[in-house]
Amino acid sequence: MQTEPLKQKCEQLLQNLNSQLCDFYAQLRAIHIDQLERKWITISLIVIGLFVGIIVIDAFFHGVNPPGKVETVDSASLHLNKEFAEDNLGVQVDAKGHVTVRMVAGRYSFFPKHIDVPAETPVTFRWVSMDVLHGVHIPMTNMSTMIVPGYVAEIITTFPKPGEYPVLCNEYCGLGHNHMWSNISVIAKENWTAPVKSPAKGVSNNE
Amino acid sequence: MNDAATRKLALSHLWVAFIAFIVACFMGQYQVLERSGFIPALDSPSVYFASVSTHGVLMAFVLTFFFIMGFGYTIATTSLKQPVWNKPLAWAGFWLALTGVVLAAIPLLTGKASVLYTFYPPMVAPAVFYIGATLLVVGSWVWCVIMLVMFMHWKKANTGQPVPLAMFATAMNALLWLWTSAGVALEVLFQLIPLSLGWIDTVDAGLARTLFAWTLHPIVYFWLIPAYTAFYVFVPKQAGGFLFSDEMARLAFIVLAVFSLPIGFHHLYMDPEQAKGWKLLHAIGTFVVALPTLVTGFAVIASLEIAGRLRGGKGLFGWIISLPWTNTMVLSVILSLLMLIFGGFGGIVNASYAMNAMIHNTAWVPGHFHLIFAGTTVIMYFAIAYYFWPTLVKKPLFSSSMALVQLWTWFIGMSILTTPWHVLGLLGQPRRISSVVYNNLLTLAWKPYEFMMIFGGLILLGSACLFIYILAKTQLNPAAEAFDQQIEFAEPIYAVESLPEWLNDIKLWNKVIAVLMAISFGYPILQFFFMDSSGSSPWGF
Ligand code: HEM
Ligand SMILES: [Cu+2]
Ligand SMILES: [Cu+2]
Repeated sequence: MQTEPLKQKCEQLLQNLNSQLCDFYAQLRAIHIDQLERKWITISLIVIGLFVGIIVIDAFFHGVNPPGKVETVDSASLHLNKEFAEDNLGVQVDAKGHVTVRMVAGRYSFFPKHIDVPAETPVTFRWVSMDVLHGVHIPMTNMSTMIVPGYVAEIITTFPKPGEYPVLCNEYCGLGHNHMWSNISVIAKENWTAPVKSPAKGVSNNE
Repeated sequence: MNDAATRKLALSHLWVAFIAFIVACFMGQYQVLERSGFIPALDSPSVYFASVSTHGVLMAFVLTFFFIMGFGYTIATTSLKQPVWNKPLAWAGFWLALTGVVLAAIPLLTGKASVLYTFYPPMVAPAVFYIGATLLVVGSWVWCVIMLVMFMHWKKANTGQPVPLAMFATAMNALLWLWTSAGVALEVLFQLIPLSLGWIDTVDAGLARTLFAWTLHPIVYFWLIPAYTAFYVFVPKQAGGFLFSDEMARLAFIVLAVFSLPIGFHHLYMDPEQAKGWKLLHAIGTFVVALPTLVTGFAVIASLEIAGRLRGGKGLFGWIISLPWTNTMVLSVILSLLMLIFGGFGGIVNASYAMNAMIHNTAWVPGHFHLIFAGTTVIMYFAIAYYFWPTLVKKPLFSSSMALVQLWTWFIGMSILTTPWHVLGLLGQPRRISSVVYNNLLTLAWKPYEFMMIFGGLILLGSACLFIYILAKTQLNPAAEAFDQQIEFAEPIYAVESLPEWLNDIKLWNKVIAVLMAISFGYPILQFFFMDSSGSSPWGF
């Protein structure tokens, strides 16, 4: 086998790279940089490091992340999809008490058109599009995600304050884009009752 | 710059840019009026979205591309003291790009391509729109080739000598743009054109967004580099001083070009088709690319301080007062920096990974990019135009006091337009809506801000008209006497005699970019070919 020459070649390559990097570093050090500018660059690097540090620590230790669970779905046949069939949409609570909301975005509304969720409780939203690209944002909250056809946009959030909130489409999706919105009622934890059956209609009586 | 043919080439590019600009400004003003809802007769989503699509394309792709090309030809010929290499090719590029603009304009203006300047599938426009856009980009590639060839010819003829800083920056920009445009080019050629012609039935919308994000960040640096170039090579001399450091300027351009490319996923923070880890990686890169801007801010302010003190300014702030505020270039850079500082704060919010959720796709976003693009960047385009015009048309500037008024009003108008726009975003208003029909109390709070924006827009529109007026008057001035003003480049405090090759060439950086792009986009793009995804069929709008 020809492993020996290959190994030699690799070593030589590494050596070359190493000496090139050393040269580069020496030349970088030789650049004339004013004292004041050096200080400024140091401060800039510290500030940038601080920002990056906070973001990374938040991401790894506090789980502060944007949505990012890559999961596909066939947007053209949502009606055949068990999870997003009409009867399954809206709010559901599993045996452990975890609240999941399944929503379909389509020109020009979010379905179901009205949902009730509890405040101060983690809620898992699962959004899918049945046509084009949409985005959804509940103003004054961090419930924001793009809804890309072909993908399930999953996002977990907790609403701190009870109230009536609009649910707005925030990506241009056609000439009716202005009209694409729905409602969500965030209800104080103690007043909220889990929907018993058929949450699909999403009819609510506190309007 | 005495060669009439080169002047004609540069002027033709710059005029196309500014005509696109003024047309789009009228559309911008119509848009703020329409969306405010104060004139019910104007209300029309189909006209609004045709207008926003055209305004976006004209400002983001036509004004910028043609301005950058005209700027590049002027810089290359004056800084290298060489004629344009292969003029027929340069003209071919010009006509190709212009044909592209006309082709794309037909469906845009007739409301058949209201897909906005980001044209996200699976919404599709007629193929002619994408073909027009492609020709425009191919025309800009011709310019890139000419810039890089002139750069290399000069280097060959002047071995071992430092390439003039202005040309180094321009060559870096050409390299940056070739890499930047590849993303959207792949999207258009393999997804959008085949889809709109019916050659394929479906596209992966996630892949399309990923490819577009490849382009979407570095393109803003492509727009910005002429402004930064002016900061370094024109401002110090115009202010009466010296460039603080030639080498640091080169380093700044290198870091800008290299690190603006592999970070596009900050546009996809809220997207489901890319995983968190990749987003975090790009978030870190996004903060790294703030460094060259901080270095540039330092260099410009230091150069201005030197000039102010040379002019007799004393004390901690006295030098600011003694700057030549009536020099258009100096005034522009001051206003540009002010807008950059505020825009920079907004940018940190956008860039901050999960914090992005708060403002993503809200009115904050157009507020932010009008401030930093239509403000910081475009005000330097004005300054450059005022500086080049006397040289290009061989006549004195029609009125420099009018030019100063124009610059001040642009700054004031932009402040009045973008401040309420940011607030609207924080109040939850989505971007890209033609009217407010949400039946919700929240929207009442939006009204006064939308009203303020109309005034900002009016001031801007007046300012834009004045700009065109000054350029036209300068050129049409029947003055017979030969006027000769040369373009002058700032001298650094310490002249550079020799530079390491990596500060004087782009080859190494091309390789570095290739590696970084492979790392940051390799897997995220390849994943789509292994994923069990079903694709989306085309939709109209
Ligand atoms: C007279 C001054 C201007 C006014 C009043 C104005 C106003 C507007 C308005 C109202 C929108 C629509 C935003 C939305 O629907 O959310 C818009 C979009 C846009 N503007 Fe301007 N604009 C002006 C100048 C400029 C300039 C100078 C540039 C850049 C050089 C620019 C770049 C853009 C771009 C790229 C878009 C597309 C945004 C999108 O598709 O979301 N505008 N402008
Ligand atoms: Cu929508
Ligand atoms: Cu970006």
